[in-house]
Amino acid sequence: MAVVAEPTRAAVLAPPRREIQIVPLKGLPIVGIAIVGLIVAIATNGGWALDFYHVVGGATWTVIDLFLGFVLGPIMGTMSPQARFEFASRLMPKMLLLMPTVVTMTLGAGFQLARHLGNLSASYPHHDLLVASYAVVGVMAVIALGLLEPANIAVLFEMRKPQPNVERIGRLMRIFLYTAGVTGAMQIATLVLMTKITSG
Amino acid sequence: MEAHESMPERPMPPIQPIAIAIFVLIVTGGVFTAAHLPRHVPQGPTIGLLSAAVVLLAVNSVLLSRIPNFAWRSFRLVAGWVLAAYVVIAGMLEYVFVYDDTRGTQLVILTLMLLVFAVNVPMLLGFSVARFQEPDA
Repeated sequence: MAVVAEPTRAAVLAPPRREIQIVPLKGLPIVGIAIVGLIVAIATNGGWALDFYHVVGGATWTVIDLFLGFVLGPIMGTMSPQARFEFASRLMPKMLLLMPTVVTMTLGAGFQLARHLGNLSASYPHHDLLVASYAVVGVMAVIALGLLEPANIAVLFEMRKPQPNVERIGRLMRIFLYTAGVTGAMQIATLVLMTKITSG
Repeated sequence: MEAHESMPERPMPPIQPIAIAIFVLIVTGGVFTAAHLPRHVPQGPTIGLLSAAVVLLAVNSVLLSRIPNFAWRSFRLVAGWVLAAYVVIAGMLEYVFVYDDTRGTQLVILTLMLLVFAVNVPMLLGFSVARFQEPDA
């Protein structure tokens, strides 16, 4: 019978060759422009602008979640620890800026759009579908804030250490990718609800 | 790749599960409120959910403050920046509430929910990083 040695202590990587920036500062102006645009869209109740922010934000959010969970996740699982480390060190800082921005765009513009169109009213024929979409988004928000973001930021800080713990990074990355997959699957429920609402 | 040995992870109080429970309470209150708007929102359930969230936040604060040999410097660094970001986000949401004519007790309840949310996120993210850092000397 083959004996498989289980790792009893965490193995750690050699020092990374490059400095990892937790918040990519070059991306902040783009985030700032997107958020200011969202505020203007809400303040002016501009129909096209709210529609644009909601559709673009929602599509980006959905595609990223599905891609991370069902395409990149399985690929990363087959990479060597060093390759996974290199890839994650470039991906995770970008996710830290991108995801909160697209989520804020989608939800902020979506709620205001629904209010602007009178869809929040209880007399709206698809009010039950709208409330169901709030519940789906609520579950996704809890998963994202409670599991996904903590794993994201903990990975980044671990990678900055002189001797990062590769086992811990692998565990946190699995949480990140699984939760992205779960929220991606829930996005399909959102797509079903939203298309039902718009098709009448 | 060079392999080294590292110290085993220390057991920590259940701060993350409690923080997630706080999110569940606040999000449930938010969904309940949004489902009723722009009509009158029954205040009993939202006050109950908010009160439970405040109690859990207090429990989490106590649990956090009693962790021996914790990396407080890392905690403050992360929680501080996240708090700054979430004050902006919570401020935007508060602006939307006021802009959409939310008034009176409903506005107070929503504001307190936002406050709990804006404190819970930095606390959780600060803890998530600091738990894996070397304790302060």
